[in-house]
Amino acid sequence: MAAMIEVAGLAKRFGAIQAVDDISLAVEKGEVLGFLGPNGAGKSTTMKMITGFLEPDAGTARICGFDIREKPIEAKRHLGYMPEGAPSYHEMTPLGFLGFIAGVRGFSGQEADDRIRLAARRTQLESVMYQPIDTLSRGYKRRVGLAAALLHDPDVLILDEPTDGLDPNQKHEIRTLIQEMAPKKAIIISTHILEEVDAVCSRAIIIARGRIVADGTPAELEAKSATHNVVSVTAGMETLAQLSDAISQLNKIARVEIDGRRLIAVPAPGMDALEDVRALVRQKGVFVEDVRLERGRLEDVFRAVTTGRGAAGNTLGGTR
Amino acid sequence: MSTALTLFRREFVSYFVTPVAYVFIVIFLALLGAMTFFLGGFFSRGQADLAPFFAFHTWLYLLLVPAVSMRLWSDERKTGTIELLLTLPISPTAAVLAKFFAAWAFAAIALALTFPMWITVNYLGNPDNGVIVAGYVGSLVMAGAFLAIGSCFSTASKNQVIAFVLAVMACLLFTVAGTPLVLEFVSGWAPQRVIDVVASLSFIANFDAISKGVLDLVNLVYFISVIALFLFINVVLVNTLKAR
Repeated sequence: MAAMIEVAGLAKRFGAIQAVDDISLAVEKGEVLGFLGPNGAGKSTTMKMITGFLEPDAGTARICGFDIREKPIEAKRHLGYMPEGAPSYHEMTPLGFLGFIAGVRGFSGQEADDRIRLAARRTQLESVMYQPIDTLSRGYKRRVGLAAALLHDPDVLILDEPTDGLDPNQKHEIRTLIQEMAPKKAIIISTHILEEVDAVCSRAIIIARGRIVADGTPAELEAKSATHNVVSVTAGMETLAQLSDAISQLNKIARVEIDGRRLIAVPAPGMDALEDVRALVRQKGVFVEDVRLERGRLEDVFRAVTTGRGAAGNTLGGTR
Repeated sequence: MSTALTLFRREFVSYFVTPVAYVFIVIFLALLGAMTFFLGGFFSRGQADLAPFFAFHTWLYLLLVPAVSMRLWSDERKTGTIELLLTLPISPTAAVLAKFFAAWAFAAIALALTFPMWITVNYLGNPDNGVIVAGYVGSLVMAGAFLAIGSCFSTASKNQVIAFVLAVMACLLFTVAGTPLVLEFVSGWAPQRVIDVVASLSFIANFDAISKGVLDLVNLVYFISVIALFLFINVVLVNTLKAR
Protein backbone atom coordinates (compact mmCIF):
# COMPACT_ATOMS: atom_id res chain seq x y z
CA MET A 1 0.00 0.00 0.00
CA ALA A 2 1.13 3.51 -0.78
CA ALA A 3 1.95 5.83 2.07
CA MET A 4 -1.01 7.75 3.49
CA ILE A 5 0.76 11.06 3.11
CA GLU A 6 2.98 11.52 0.10
CA VAL A 7 4.67 14.83 -0.52
CA ALA A 8 6.55 15.33 -3.75
CA GLY A 9 8.80 18.27 -4.51
CA LEU A 10 6.81 20.98 -2.72
CA ALA A 11 8.16 24.48 -3.23
CA LYS A 12 6.89 27.92 -2.32
CA ARG A 13 8.41 31.35 -2.74
CA PHE A 14 7.20 34.50 -0.99
CA GLY A 15 8.74 37.41 -2.82
CA ALA A 16 12.49 37.10 -2.49
CA ILE A 17 12.29 34.38 0.13
CA GLN A 18 12.28 30.73 -0.84
CA ALA A 19 10.11 29.56 2.06
CA VAL A 20 9.95 25.91 1.04
CA ASP A 21 12.45 24.43 -1.36
CA ASP A 22 11.75 21.01 -2.84
CA ILE A 23 10.45 19.06 0.12
CA SER A 24 9.48 15.43 -0.40
CA LEU A 25 8.46 12.91 2.22
CA ALA A 26 6.12 10.02 2.89
CA VAL A 27 4.31 9.02 6.07
CA GLU A 28 2.89 5.55 6.57
CA LYS A 29 0.04 4.42 8.74
CA GLY A 30 1.20 4.12 12.34
CA GLU A 31 3.91 6.73 11.98
CA VAL A 32 4.05 9.98 13.92
CA LEU A 33 6.30 12.33 12.03
CA GLY A 34 7.77 15.24 13.95
CA PHE A 35 8.41 18.34 11.89
CA LEU A 36 11.25 20.22 13.52
CA GLY A 37 12.90 23.45 12.65
CA PRO A 38 13.63 26.93 13.86
CA ASN A 39 10.93 29.58 13.54
CA GLY A 40 10.51 30.58 9.92
CA ALA A 41 12.11 27.40 8.59
CA GLY A 42 9.07 26.57 6.48
CA LYS A 43 7.24 24.09 8.74
CA SER A 44 3.88 25.85 8.69
CA THR A 45 4.14 26.76 5.00
CA THR A 46 4.78 23.10 4.16
CA MET A 47 1.78 22.02 6.25
CA LYS A 48 -0.42 24.66 4.62
CA MET A 49 0.48 23.28 1.23
CA ILE A 50 -0.05 19.65 2.24
CA THR A 51 -3.51 20.52 3.56
CA GLY A 52 -4.47 22.50 0.48
CA PHE A 53 -4.68 25.92 2.09
CA LEU A 54 -1.75 27.29 0.13
CA GLU A 55 -1.16 26.67 -3.54
CA PRO A 56 2.42 25.39 -4.03
CA ASP A 57 4.63 26.89 -6.74
CA ALA A 58 5.75 23.37 -7.61
CA GLY A 59 5.12 19.82 -6.45
CA THR A 60 2.06 18.38 -4.77
CA ALA A 61 0.85 16.26 -1.88
CA ARG A 62 -1.36 13.19 -1.86
CA ILE A 63 -3.59 12.33 1.08
CA CYS A 64 -4.64 8.66 1.00
CA GLY A 65 -3.92 8.69 -2.73
CA PHE A 66 -5.94 11.85 -3.49
CA ASP A 67 -3.95 14.68 -4.99
CA ILE A 68 -4.62 17.82 -2.95
CA ARG A 69 -4.45 19.99 -6.07
CA GLU A 70 -6.52 17.81 -8.37
CA LYS A 71 -9.00 16.25 -5.94
CA PRO A 72 -9.04 18.72 -3.05
CA ILE A 73 -12.46 17.78 -1.64
CA GLU A 74 -11.73 14.04 -1.50
CA ALA A 75 -8.29 14.65 -0.03
CA LYS A 76 -9.71 16.97 2.63
CA ARG A 77 -12.31 14.37 3.63
CA HIS A 78 -9.47 12.10 4.74
CA LEU A 79 -7.63 14.86 6.48
CA GLY A 80 -7.87 16.38 9.93
CA TYR A 81 -5.90 19.60 10.19
CA MET A 82 -5.32 21.88 13.11
CA PRO A 83 -3.74 25.11 11.86
CA GLU A 84 -1.20 27.01 13.94
CA GLY A 85 -2.89 28.66 16.92
CA ALA A 86 -5.94 26.37 16.59
CA PRO A 87 -8.30 28.98 15.11
CA SER A 88 -12.01 28.57 15.78
CA TYR A 89 -15.11 30.75 15.69
CA HIS A 90 -14.88 32.45 19.05
CA GLU A 91 -18.47 33.57 19.29
CA MET A 92 -19.62 29.94 19.21
CA THR A 93 -19.63 27.41 22.03
CA PRO A 94 -17.52 24.25 21.62
CA LEU A 95 -20.79 22.37 21.14
CA GLY A 96 -21.92 24.72 18.38
CA PHE A 97 -18.52 24.76 16.76
CA LEU A 98 -18.15 20.98 16.75
CA GLY A 99 -21.72 20.76 15.47
CA PHE A 100 -20.71 23.00 12.59
CA ILE A 101 -17.66 20.85 11.83
CA ALA A 102 -19.80 17.71 11.98
CA GLY A 103 -22.29 19.25 9.55
CA VAL A 104 -19.60 20.30 7.11
CA ARG A 105 -18.16 16.78 7.36
CA GLY A 106 -21.56 15.43 6.38
CA PHE A 107 -22.67 13.95 9.70
CA SER A 108 -26.17 14.52 10.99
CA GLY A 109 -28.55 13.35 13.70
CA GLN A 110 -27.41 10.70 16.14
CA GLU A 111 -24.13 10.08 14.35
CA ALA A 112 -23.16 13.74 14.61
CA ASP A 113 -24.07 13.79 18.32
CA ASP A 114 -22.04 10.64 18.98
CA ARG A 115 -19.01 11.96 17.16
CA ILE A 116 -19.16 15.31 18.95
CA ARG A 117 -19.44 13.55 22.30
CA LEU A 118 -16.52 11.24 21.51
CA ALA A 119 -14.29 14.07 20.27
CA ALA A 120 -15.18 16.14 23.35
CA ARG A 121 -14.37 13.24 25.65
CA ARG A 122 -11.04 12.49 24.01
CA THR A 123 -9.97 16.10 24.32
CA GLN A 124 -11.59 16.55 27.75
CA LEU A 125 -13.85 19.37 26.73
CA GLU A 126 -17.04 18.10 28.33
CA SER A 127 -17.08 20.65 31.15
CA VAL A 128 -16.97 23.68 28.85
CA MET A 129 -19.25 22.61 26.01
CA TYR A 130 -21.76 25.40 26.64
CA GLN A 131 -19.37 28.30 27.22
CA PRO A 132 -18.47 30.66 24.38
CA ILE A 133 -15.01 29.74 23.05
CA ASP A 134 -14.08 33.39 23.59
CA THR A 135 -14.19 32.90 27.35
CA LEU A 136 -12.09 29.72 27.43
CA SER A 137 -8.45 29.49 28.44
CA ARG A 138 -5.75 28.96 25.86
CA GLY A 139 -5.47 25.28 26.70
CA TYR A 140 -9.17 24.73 26.12
CA LYS A 141 -9.13 26.69 22.87
CA ARG A 142 -6.30 24.45 21.68
CA ARG A 143 -8.33 21.39 22.60
CA VAL A 144 -11.37 22.73 20.76
CA GLY A 145 -9.22 22.97 17.64
CA LEU A 146 -7.92 19.48 18.23
CA ALA A 147 -11.43 18.09 18.75
CA ALA A 148 -12.47 19.65 15.44
CA ALA A 149 -9.55 17.98 13.66
CA LEU A 150 -10.35 14.58 15.22
CA LEU A 151 -14.10 14.64 14.88
CA HIS A 152 -14.37 12.60 11.68
CA ASP A 153 -11.69 10.14 12.83
CA PRO A 154 -9.47 10.96 9.84
CA ASP A 155 -6.81 8.66 8.40
CA VAL A 156 -4.40 11.55 8.24
CA LEU A 157 -3.88 14.06 11.01
CA ILE A 158 -1.77 17.17 10.60
CA LEU A 159 -1.27 19.29 13.71
CA ASP A 160 0.66 22.54 13.62
CA GLU A 161 2.26 23.06 17.03
CA PRO A 162 -0.40 21.20 19.00
CA THR A 163 1.15 21.86 22.41
CA ASP A 164 2.46 25.38 21.93
CA GLY A 165 1.62 27.56 24.91
CA LEU A 166 0.15 24.80 27.05
CA ASP A 167 1.16 24.00 30.61
CA PRO A 168 3.05 20.76 31.31
CA ASN A 169 -0.10 18.85 32.31
CA GLN A 170 -1.93 19.88 29.18
CA LYS A 171 1.07 19.02 27.04
CA HIS A 172 1.17 15.60 28.60
CA GLU A 173 -2.55 15.02 27.91
CA ILE A 174 -2.23 15.98 24.27
CA ARG A 175 0.84 13.81 23.79
CA THR A 176 -0.95 10.88 25.36
CA LEU A 177 -3.87 11.43 23.03
CA ILE A 178 -1.58 11.53 19.98
CA GLN A 179 0.08 8.30 21.09
CA GLU A 180 -3.29 6.61 21.53
CA MET A 181 -4.36 7.53 18.02
CA ALA A 182 -1.02 6.81 16.38
CA PRO A 183 -1.44 3.11 15.44
CA LYS A 184 -4.40 3.75 13.13
CA LYS A 185 -3.34 6.97 11.51
CA ALA A 186 -0.57 8.79 9.74
CA ILE A 187 0.23 11.86 11.82
CA ILE A 188 2.43 14.88 11.24
CA ILE A 189 3.04 17.29 14.10
CA SER A 190 5.22 20.35 13.93
CA THR A 191 7.01 21.58 16.97
CA HIS A 192 10.08 23.35 18.12
CA ILE A 193 9.99 21.59 21.45
CA LEU A 194 12.58 18.84 21.16
CA GLU A 195 11.42 16.77 24.11
CA GLU A 196 8.13 16.35 22.29
CA VAL A 197 9.84 14.50 19.49
CA ASP A 198 11.23 11.99 21.95
CA ALA A 199 7.87 11.74 23.66
CA VAL A 200 5.58 11.08 20.72
CA CYS A 201 7.33 10.84 17.37
CA SER A 202 8.43 7.66 15.64
CA ARG A 203 10.36 9.71 13.12
CA ALA A 204 11.62 13.25 12.90
CA ILE A 205 12.48 15.56 10.05
CA ILE A 206 14.46 18.71 10.64
CA ILE A 207 13.81 21.58 8.26
CA ALA A 208 16.00 24.63 7.85
CA ARG A 209 15.68 27.38 5.26
CA GLY A 210 12.94 25.42 3.51
CA ARG A 211 14.92 22.23 3.04
CA ILE A 212 15.03 18.88 4.84
CA VAL A 213 18.39 18.72 6.59
CA ALA A 214 17.90 15.58 8.68
CA ASP A 215 15.48 12.67 8.60
CA GLY A 216 15.41 9.66 10.90
CA THR A 217 14.10 8.15 14.11
CA PRO A 218 14.79 10.25 17.21
CA ALA A 219 17.50 7.71 18.16
CA GLU A 220 19.14 7.94 14.74
CA LEU A 221 19.19 11.70 14.97
CA GLU A 222 20.63 11.58 18.46
CA ALA A 223 23.38 9.33 17.15
CA LYS A 224 24.53 12.20 14.96
CA SER A 225 25.10 14.32 18.02
CA ALA A 226 28.65 15.09 19.10
CA THR A 227 27.79 13.77 22.54
CA HIS A 228 26.56 10.44 21.22
CA ASN A 229 28.37 7.50 22.82
CA VAL A 230 30.56 9.56 25.11
CA VAL A 231 31.06 8.23 28.63
CA SER A 232 30.39 10.70 31.39
CA VAL A 233 31.68 10.23 34.90
CA THR A 234 30.26 12.29 37.75
CA ALA A 235 32.37 12.51 40.88
CA GLY A 236 34.15 14.89 43.20
CA MET A 237 36.74 17.18 41.62
CA GLU A 238 39.77 15.49 43.23
CA THR A 239 38.58 12.08 42.20
CA LEU A 240 38.14 13.25 38.61
CA ALA A 241 41.64 14.69 38.59
CA GLN A 242 42.91 11.31 39.79
CA LEU A 243 41.00 9.45 37.12
CA SER A 244 41.46 11.65 34.08
CA ASP A 245 45.01 10.59 33.19
CA ALA A 246 44.23 6.90 33.51
CA ILE A 247 41.07 7.20 31.45
CA SER A 248 42.75 9.16 28.69
CA GLN A 249 45.29 6.37 28.40
CA LEU A 250 42.66 3.77 27.70
CA ASN A 251 42.90 2.44 24.14
CA LYS A 252 39.35 3.20 23.20
CA ILE A 253 39.37 6.78 24.43
CA ALA A 254 40.32 9.58 22.09
CA ARG A 255 40.27 12.48 24.54
CA VAL A 256 38.99 13.56 27.93
CA GLU A 257 37.38 16.83 29.05
CA ILE A 258 36.52 17.95 32.55
CA ASP A 259 33.69 20.32 33.34
CA GLY A 260 33.28 20.90 37.07
CA ARG A 261 32.12 17.63 38.59
CA ARG A 262 31.72 15.87 35.27
CA LEU A 263 34.31 14.12 33.20
CA ILE A 264 33.57 13.46 29.56
CA ALA A 265 35.48 10.68 27.87
CA VAL A 266 35.12 10.82 24.12
CA PRO A 267 35.72 7.42 22.55
CA ALA A 268 37.66 6.78 19.35
CA PRO A 269 35.30 6.51 16.38
CA GLY A 270 33.05 3.46 16.52
CA MET A 271 34.22 2.39 19.98
CA ASP A 272 32.04 1.63 23.00
CA ALA A 273 34.15 2.56 25.98
CA LEU A 274 31.64 2.27 28.82
CA GLU A 275 32.79 -1.11 30.15
CA ASP A 276 36.44 -0.12 30.04
CA VAL A 277 35.80 3.06 31.99
CA ARG A 278 33.68 1.19 34.55
CA ALA A 279 36.41 -1.45 34.99
CA LEU A 280 39.02 1.25 35.47
CA VAL A 281 36.97 3.03 38.10
CA ARG A 282 36.41 -0.24 39.95
CA GLN A 283 40.09 -1.06 39.77
CA LYS A 284 41.06 2.34 41.20
CA GLY A 285 38.61 1.81 44.02
CA VAL A 286 37.48 5.47 44.11
CA PHE A 287 33.96 6.67 44.79
CA VAL A 288 32.04 8.02 41.82
CA GLU A 289 28.41 9.01 41.77
CA ASP A 290 27.66 7.93 38.25
CA VAL A 291 29.22 6.45 35.12
CA ARG A 292 27.02 6.48 32.09
CA LEU A 293 26.87 6.34 28.31
CA GLU A 294 25.35 9.43 26.74
CA ARG A 295 22.77 8.83 24.03
CA GLY A 296 23.46 12.15 22.44
CA ARG A 297 21.28 15.19 22.50
CA LEU A 298 18.71 16.05 19.88
CA GLU A 299 19.27 19.67 20.75
CA ASP A 300 22.88 19.48 19.60
CA VAL A 301 21.90 17.88 16.32
CA PHE A 302 19.15 20.43 15.86
CA ARG A 303 21.56 23.30 16.37
CA ALA A 304 24.22 21.69 14.23
CA VAL A 305 22.02 21.05 11.20
CA THR A 306 19.97 24.22 11.38
CA THR A 307 22.83 26.65 11.90
CA GLY A 308 25.59 24.73 10.16
CA ARG A 309 27.66 25.11 13.32
CA GLY A 310 28.41 23.03 16.37
CA ALA A 311 28.52 19.57 14.81
CA ALA A 312 32.01 18.98 16.11
CA GLY A 313 31.64 21.63 18.77
CA ASN A 314 31.55 21.48 22.48
CA THR A 315 30.76 18.06 23.80
CA LEU A 316 30.13 19.37 27.27
CA GLY A 317 26.45 19.83 27.76
CA GLY A 318 23.98 19.02 30.45
CA THR A 319 22.88 15.43 30.78
CA ARG A 320 19.36 14.80 29.67
CA MET B 1 -24.95 20.56 -0.60
CA SER B 2 -25.48 19.79 3.08
CA THR B 3 -21.96 21.14 3.58
CA ALA B 4 -22.93 24.49 2.09
CA LEU B 5 -26.18 24.51 4.07
CA THR B 6 -24.25 23.96 7.29
CA LEU B 7 -22.01 26.90 6.49
CA PHE B 8 -25.03 29.02 5.54
CA ARG B 9 -26.64 28.25 8.88
CA ARG B 10 -23.50 29.03 10.83
CA GLU B 11 -23.03 32.37 9.09
CA PHE B 12 -26.68 33.29 9.48
CA VAL B 13 -26.82 32.41 13.16
CA SER B 14 -23.54 34.22 13.81
CA TYR B 15 -25.27 37.53 13.03
CA PHE B 16 -27.61 36.98 15.94
CA VAL B 17 -25.03 35.68 18.41
CA THR B 18 -23.40 39.09 18.64
CA PRO B 19 -25.31 42.37 19.07
CA VAL B 20 -24.52 43.23 15.43
CA ALA B 21 -27.84 41.97 14.14
CA TYR B 22 -29.95 43.81 16.67
CA VAL B 23 -28.03 47.07 16.34
CA PHE B 24 -28.28 46.85 12.59
CA ILE B 25 -31.98 46.09 12.52
CA VAL B 26 -32.87 48.80 15.02
CA ILE B 27 -30.82 51.46 13.22
CA PHE B 28 -32.15 50.34 9.84
CA LEU B 29 -35.77 50.52 10.94
CA ALA B 30 -35.37 53.77 12.85
CA LEU B 31 -33.59 55.58 10.03
CA LEU B 32 -35.96 54.25 7.42
CA GLY B 33 -38.95 55.36 9.48
CA ALA B 34 -37.50 58.79 10.13
CA MET B 35 -36.65 59.31 6.47
CA THR B 36 -40.04 58.13 5.27
CA PHE B 37 -42.02 60.38 7.60
CA PHE B 38 -39.83 63.47 7.83
CA LEU B 39 -37.86 63.63 4.59
CA GLY B 40 -40.34 61.79 2.44
CA GLY B 41 -43.44 63.53 3.82
CA PHE B 42 -45.37 60.29 4.10
CA PHE B 43 -48.46 61.96 5.60
CA SER B 44 -48.32 65.37 3.98
CA ARG B 45 -48.30 63.87 0.48
CA GLY B 46 -51.75 62.54 1.11
CA GLN B 47 -51.21 59.51 -1.06
CA ALA B 48 -51.62 55.88 -0.02
CA ASP B 49 -48.41 54.43 -1.40
CA LEU B 50 -44.92 53.57 -0.21
CA ALA B 51 -42.99 55.73 -2.68
CA PRO B 52 -41.46 57.93 0.04
CA PHE B 53 -40.49 54.75 1.88
CA PHE B 54 -38.70 53.07 -1.03
CA ALA B 55 -37.09 56.31 -2.16
CA PHE B 56 -34.52 56.13 0.62
CA HIS B 57 -33.62 52.45 0.42
CA THR B 58 -30.71 52.97 -1.97
CA TRP B 59 -29.03 55.59 0.22
CA LEU B 60 -29.61 53.69 3.42
CA TYR B 61 -28.26 50.47 1.91
CA LEU B 62 -25.22 52.34 0.68
CA LEU B 63 -24.19 52.94 4.29
CA LEU B 64 -25.63 49.97 6.11
CA VAL B 65 -25.31 46.97 3.81
CA PRO B 66 -21.50 47.08 3.60
CA ALA B 67 -21.59 46.89 7.39
CA VAL B 68 -23.39 43.55 7.08
CA SER B 69 -21.00 42.13 4.53
CA MET B 70 -17.70 43.54 5.80
CA ARG B 71 -17.00 40.73 8.23
CA LEU B 72 -17.82 37.86 5.86
CA TRP B 73 -14.23 37.21 4.75
CA SER B 74 -12.06 39.78 6.46
CA ASP B 75 -12.93 38.36 9.86
CA GLU B 76 -11.97 34.86 8.72
CA ARG B 77 -8.66 36.21 7.48
CA LYS B 78 -7.98 38.15 10.65
CA THR B 79 -8.72 35.33 13.10
CA GLY B 80 -7.10 32.68 10.91
CA THR B 81 -10.30 30.64 10.65
CA ILE B 82 -10.05 30.97 6.88
CA GLU B 83 -7.34 28.33 7.09
CA LEU B 84 -9.77 26.06 8.89
CA LEU B 85 -12.60 26.82 6.48
CA LEU B 86 -10.59 26.25 3.32
CA THR B 87 -9.13 22.97 4.56
CA LEU B 88 -12.60 21.56 5.25
CA PRO B 89 -14.15 19.59 2.40
CA ILE B 90 -15.95 22.59 0.93
CA SER B 91 -15.18 24.29 -2.36
CA PRO B 92 -14.43 28.04 -2.42
CA THR B 93 -17.47 28.54 -4.66
CA ALA B 94 -19.78 26.84 -2.18
CA ALA B 95 -18.26 28.84 0.67
CA VAL B 96 -18.73 32.15 -1.17
CA LEU B 97 -22.35 31.29 -2.01
CA ALA B 98 -23.16 30.09 1.52
CA LYS B 99 -21.80 33.26 3.07
CA PHE B 100 -23.51 35.51 0.55
CA PHE B 101 -26.90 33.87 0.98
CA ALA B 102 -26.58 34.01 4.76
CA ALA B 103 -25.99 37.76 4.58
CA TRP B 104 -28.80 38.12 2.09
CA ALA B 105 -31.20 36.19 4.30
CA PHE B 106 -30.30 38.50 7.14
CA ALA B 107 -30.96 41.55 4.97
CA ALA B 108 -34.29 39.99 3.96
CA ILE B 109 -35.28 39.74 7.61
CA ALA B 110 -34.41 43.37 8.24
CA LEU B 111 -36.44 44.34 5.19
CA ALA B 112 -39.36 42.13 6.21
CA LEU B 113 -39.48 43.88 9.58
CA THR B 114 -40.62 47.04 7.81
CA PHE B 115 -44.05 45.38 7.43
CA PRO B 116 -45.76 47.91 9.76
CA MET B 117 -45.30 50.46 6.94
CA TRP B 118 -47.26 48.23 4.64
CA ILE B 119 -49.97 47.70 7.25
CA THR B 120 -50.15 51.44 7.94
CA VAL B 121 -50.59 52.38 4.33
CA ASN B 122 -53.28 49.74 3.88
CA TYR B 123 -55.05 50.99 7.01
CA LEU B 124 -54.98 54.59 5.80
CA GLY B 125 -56.08 54.00 2.23
CA ASN B 126 -56.19 51.63 -0.69
CA PRO B 127 -52.70 51.38 -2.10
CA ASP B 128 -51.75 49.32 -5.13
CA ASN B 129 -50.29 46.33 -3.31
CA GLY B 130 -48.79 45.03 -6.55
CA VAL B 131 -46.56 48.08 -6.71
CA ILE B 132 -45.58 47.57 -3.08
CA VAL B 133 -44.64 43.93 -3.70
CA ALA B 134 -42.58 45.02 -6.70
CA GLY B 135 -40.87 47.58 -4.48
CA TYR B 136 -39.98 44.96 -1.90
CA VAL B 137 -38.67 42.55 -4.54
CA GLY B 138 -36.61 45.33 -6.09
CA SER B 139 -35.27 46.39 -2.70
CA LEU B 140 -34.27 42.82 -1.89
CA VAL B 141 -32.35 42.23 -5.13
CA MET B 142 -30.69 45.63 -4.75
CA ALA B 143 -29.62 44.69 -1.23
CA GLY B 144 -28.23 41.50 -2.77
CA ALA B 145 -26.18 43.51 -5.25
CA PHE B 146 -24.78 45.70 -2.47
CA LEU B 147 -23.97 42.58 -0.44
CA ALA B 148 -22.19 40.88 -3.34
CA ILE B 149 -20.01 43.95 -3.81
CA GLY B 150 -19.39 44.12 -0.05
CA SER B 151 -18.54 40.43 0.18
CA CYS B 152 -16.08 40.83 -2.65
CA PHE B 153 -14.28 43.70 -0.94
CA SER B 154 -14.37 41.85 2.35
CA THR B 155 -11.97 39.36 0.77
CA ALA B 156 -9.57 42.17 -0.06
CA SER B 157 -8.50 43.03 3.47
CA LYS B 158 -8.01 41.53 6.90
CA ASN B 159 -9.28 44.78 8.29
CA GLN B 160 -13.06 45.15 8.46
CA VAL B 161 -12.90 48.94 8.39
CA ILE B 162 -10.92 48.91 5.15
CA ALA B 163 -13.32 46.34 3.72
CA PHE B 164 -16.22 48.58 4.73
CA VAL B 165 -14.80 51.78 3.25
CA LEU B 166 -13.83 50.11 -0.03
CA ALA B 167 -17.26 48.53 -0.32
CA VAL B 168 -19.02 51.85 0.35
CA MET B 169 -16.92 53.51 -2.33
CA ALA B 170 -17.68 50.80 -4.88
CA CYS B 171 -21.37 50.86 -3.99
CA LEU B 172 -21.37 54.65 -4.26
CA LEU B 173 -20.06 54.43 -7.82
CA PHE B 174 -22.90 52.11 -8.77
CA THR B 175 -25.43 54.20 -6.92
CA VAL B 176 -24.56 57.52 -8.51
CA ALA B 177 -23.72 56.14 -11.96
CA GLY B 178 -26.86 57.67 -13.44
CA THR B 179 -26.60 61.07 -11.75
CA PRO B 180 -25.31 64.24 -13.48
CA LEU B 181 -22.20 64.05 -11.28
CA VAL B 182 -20.98 60.99 -13.13
CA LEU B 183 -22.68 61.51 -16.48
CA GLU B 184 -21.20 64.97 -16.95
CA PHE B 185 -17.79 63.61 -16.14
CA VAL B 186 -18.18 60.90 -18.77
CA SER B 187 -20.02 62.91 -21.41
CA GLY B 188 -17.05 65.23 -21.93
CA TRP B 189 -15.08 62.62 -23.81
CA ALA B 190 -17.04 59.38 -24.22
CA PRO B 191 -19.38 58.54 -27.10
CA GLN B 192 -23.11 58.51 -26.46
CA ARG B 193 -23.22 54.72 -26.31
CA VAL B 194 -20.80 54.64 -23.38
CA ILE B 195 -22.81 57.33 -21.61
CA ASP B 196 -25.93 55.24 -22.02
CA VAL B 197 -24.18 52.19 -20.62
CA VAL B 198 -22.89 54.12 -17.62
CA ALA B 199 -26.32 55.61 -17.01
CA SER B 200 -27.93 52.18 -17.19
CA LEU B 201 -25.58 50.90 -14.46
CA SER B 202 -27.21 53.15 -11.91
CA PHE B 203 -28.72 51.35 -8.94
CA ILE B 204 -31.06 54.30 -8.38
CA ALA B 205 -32.46 54.26 -11.89
CA ASN B 206 -32.91 50.49 -11.93
CA PHE B 207 -34.51 50.44 -8.51
CA ASP B 208 -36.78 53.40 -9.28
CA ALA B 209 -38.08 51.60 -12.33
CA ILE B 210 -38.96 48.54 -10.25
CA SER B 211 -40.42 50.38 -7.26
CA LYS B 212 -42.74 52.41 -9.49
CA GLY B 213 -44.43 49.12 -10.19
CA VAL B 214 -42.86 48.49 -13.57
CA LEU B 215 -41.41 45.11 -12.64
CA ASP B 216 -39.42 44.97 -15.83
CA LEU B 217 -37.28 41.88 -16.28
CA VAL B 218 -34.40 44.05 -17.49
CA ASN B 219 -33.99 45.75 -14.11
CA LEU B 220 -34.18 42.48 -12.18
CA VAL B 221 -31.72 40.85 -14.55
CA TYR B 222 -29.45 43.84 -14.06
CA PHE B 223 -29.26 43.40 -10.28
CA ILE B 224 -28.90 39.64 -10.56
CA SER B 225 -26.06 40.11 -13.06
CA VAL B 226 -24.30 42.45 -10.64
CA ILE B 227 -24.66 39.81 -7.91
CA ALA B 228 -23.34 37.05 -10.19
CA LEU B 229 -20.43 39.15 -11.42
CA PHE B 230 -19.24 40.14 -7.96
CA LEU B 231 -19.68 36.67 -6.51
CA PHE B 232 -17.60 35.34 -9.38
CA ILE B 233 -14.87 37.88 -8.60
CA ASN B 234 -15.26 36.91 -4.95
CA VAL B 235 -14.50 33.26 -5.76
CA VAL B 236 -11.49 34.31 -7.81
CA LEU B 237 -10.23 36.44 -4.92
CA VAL B 238 -10.66 33.61 -2.42
CA ASN B 239 -8.66 31.37 -4.75
CA THR B 240 -5.88 33.93 -5.05
CA LEU B 241 -5.68 34.05 -1.24
CA LYS B 242 -4.45 30.46 -1.52
CA ALA B 243 -1.67 31.42 -3.88
CA ARG B 244 0.05 33.90 -1.62
